[in-house]
Amino acid sequence: MKETLLVMEGIDKSFPGVHALDHCKFELRAGEVHALVGENGAGKSTLMKILTGVYARDEGKVIYKGKEINLAGTKEAQELGICIVHQELNLMPHLTAAQNMFIGREFMGKNKLFVNDNEANKKAQELFDAMNLRLDPKVKVGKLTVAMQQMVEIAKALSFDSSILVMDEPTTALTESEIDELFKMINHLKEKGVGIVYISHRMDEIKRITDRITVMRDGTYVDTVNTKEVDIQQVINMMVGRTIYETANEHNYTDPNEVVLEVKNLIRGKTIKDVSFKLHKGEILGFSGLMGAGRTEVMRAIFGADKLDSGEIYVKGQKVQILRPEHAVKYGIGYLSEDRKRYGLTLGETVEQNISLASVDKYTNKLGFTNMSTITKTSEEYIETLSIKTPGPKQRVKNLSGGNQQKVVIAKWLLRDCDILIFDEPTKGIDVGAKSEIYKLLSQLAKEGKSIIMISSELPEVLRMSNRIIVMCEGRITGELDIGAASQEEIIKYATKREA
Amino acid sequence: MANVAKSAGTAGIGTKKSMFNAANAQKFLAFGALLILLLFFSMASPFFLTFDNIVSIMLSTCVNGILALGIIFVIITGGIDLSIGTVMTFSSVMAGVMITNMGMPIWIGILVAIGTGAFCGFISGTVVSRLKLQPFIATLGVMMITKGLSLVLSGTKPIYFSDTPSFRKITTGSILTFGADGKFSVPNGIFIFLGMAILAGIILNKTKLGRYNFAIGSNEEATRLSGVNVVKWKTAIYSLCGAFAGVAGIVMAARLDSAQPALGQGYELDAIASVVIGGTSMVGGEGTILGTVIGAFIISTLTNGLKVMGVAQEWQIVITGCVLVLAVLLDTMRKRGSK
Repeated sequence: MKETLLVMEGIDKSFPGVHALDHCKFELRAGEVHALVGENGAGKSTLMKILTGVYARDEGKVIYKGKEINLAGTKEAQELGICIVHQELNLMPHLTAAQNMFIGREFMGKNKLFVNDNEANKKAQELFDAMNLRLDPKVKVGKLTVAMQQMVEIAKALSFDSSILVMDEPTTALTESEIDELFKMINHLKEKGVGIVYISHRMDEIKRITDRITVMRDGTYVDTVNTKEVDIQQVINMMVGRTIYETANEHNYTDPNEVVLEVKNLIRGKTIKDVSFKLHKGEILGFSGLMGAGRTEVMRAIFGADKLDSGEIYVKGQKVQILRPEHAVKYGIGYLSEDRKRYGLTLGETVEQNISLASVDKYTNKLGFTNMSTITKTSEEYIETLSIKTPGPKQRVKNLSGGNQQKVVIAKWLLRDCDILIFDEPTKGIDVGAKSEIYKLLSQLAKEGKSIIMISSELPEVLRMSNRIIVMCEGRITGELDIGAASQEEIIKYATKREA
Repeated sequence: MANVAKSAGTAGIGTKKSMFNAANAQKFLAFGALLILLLFFSMASPFFLTFDNIVSIMLSTCVNGILALGIIFVIITGGIDLSIGTVMTFSSVMAGVMITNMGMPIWIGILVAIGTGAFCGFISGTVVSRLKLQPFIATLGVMMITKGLSLVLSGTKPIYFSDTPSFRKITTGSILTFGADGKFSVPNGIFIFLGMAILAGIILNKTKLGRYNFAIGSNEEATRLSGVNVVKWKTAIYSLCGAFAGVAGIVMAARLDSAQPALGQGYELDAIASVVIGGTSMVGGEGTILGTVIGAFIISTLTNGLKVMGVAQEWQIVITGCVLVLAVLLDTMRKRGSK
């Protein structure tokens, strides 16, 4: 048995409205690759952020190399040898590989006045050699492939003399052969005694590269198992749990005879590959898949936010051309982004200004004057019907909670008379109480004859709300499930069905 | 999990009070500063608080004020228009060409000047919104182009309106005189400025353009995704700003009784200073017409007061700079405090 590098015990962490981690534990040995798996929102990232000093824990102990540590920040963690290679790379594209690696701790010349790039290049080269990596430290990072950039990140981590390396979804942007290279590197680091935490959704890779697996679910620790002793299905079962949710069958208002939206052969670069589907009146169509499966991209393209390379869109049987969002809105399509703050709301403005943003035309006369008092009155009605918790229509949206902000966006599209509503992660960042309100609202809308597309990465949510589920993986539709036949296991199977 | 429901219930409320205080503070701050300045100069110099001097302050506010009223629309979108100073000059040169060189009626000259300003704004707006060039660079280009064109069109010499004596009445004439023998008269330029301020206030607060103006400044992408044609409206906003510069060009030319092709550069910075002193953020999404008007008055009061006190012109500039930085600093501190 190899020596234990790290023990995390009883780790507890709450954010306003969310209990992110409930007394979790995690253990890592030297020279081990340890997978950390769980659905989106299971708490993996939070746990690793506590380990690497991004967040402070509320409760619990972190014992590193036999000593309890209390990190004040990421810099301290790095100095102790705990590093993370992020999912989205944190490199500066205009600096060289060596400059990136030693950012914040540049080598200074004797006079302490000038940065000594030669020394940095030499040190970087030494590290690359030790990693068997053929790379020029003087090359600008922006010119490297994603895989190579990742190697630079790893080298940067190693330059701290790291004993623990956390890799967060390292293979999402890599090709098959690049993954092989990465795995070679991981094995190389393993031999050197580095402990590696490997966060991934890809079961085949976990099976291939890791020694042990720790499963998390809803902020709690489930179990730690030896990779050799389990099969993929068992791990998936542990991730999903046995939680039973009310199913959508109870609220199916689908009118199968009326297709309100149909798309055929949508293609956009590498993100959307030949996507076709139909949406019926009164239907809640769930879109499931892993992050980066291309679901958001498809919806943005349908909405006209991004340009399509090719494909056809039919609204209520009519072929339509949607080049810009205003065209989509004209055809009654509303899009509610997963990132409300960036794409959904004008945060500094008031509730009524946000609710009316898509419908200003309605309240504007021929001279261009907008009737603000009517807008206030209408907004009050929507605040009432959607029970938005706000002191009034003149409150600034940034002062509302996530759930109420979401309702403001919904109100915006309802006021615009949109019949087709595309919800992208409708309950993201919303606390439990508000979630069920949003669910109720979605059913209500379907009942009123609106057609809803719901992208969700939370499997229980998809299963609870949808009448039909489409699963995507890497830009294409890999499965379509009727709600009666759908299960979490089935969805995960399709969601990880990569192109051979 | 018990805290979940509780936090959901209270999250929306509780910030209302501080918000209203902050809004009041903004108006109070700029207005208070103007009052303090007026009070200070009145005590410091016996010549300051005279009818003639106050009229002179107001008259010197006109051009800068009208420019500021235009550029605030662009600043609220989060953009900037560096070209307004030279667009103003270009517009006045165009008026000169029409009226003096071509002998057209005055009203045509005025329309052409405003149209020229709007067209220059349209060019800037198109380059910024449709071609996605940074506003700073795009309008820097237009600034140089219009500066050059002014010199070319006028043959680098001022165009005088000597054939049309009524032209200068636009700014310097007076529809309001009182006292014995018309002893006190208020020049029309001031009324034009106030009229433009009311117009700007109506556009910003009562029309669709104003509504989208704030929305774009607050979150351009969210506005686009709400089905608003952001490209079109941004172009319209820059055009509007240009039209205001055109009006400023007429007021300026009438005041000088000539179109001065070498003038103009630097006026955009005074206009930006007025807007910013008036409590408008350069980040966009907020701003008031009243604040801008007060901001413009603060700058001209300061300049005038220092002059009346006998402070050398070089030092006037230094002090104005200090006031600008101080005003913005106070404003950001206030905003940070209210968060």
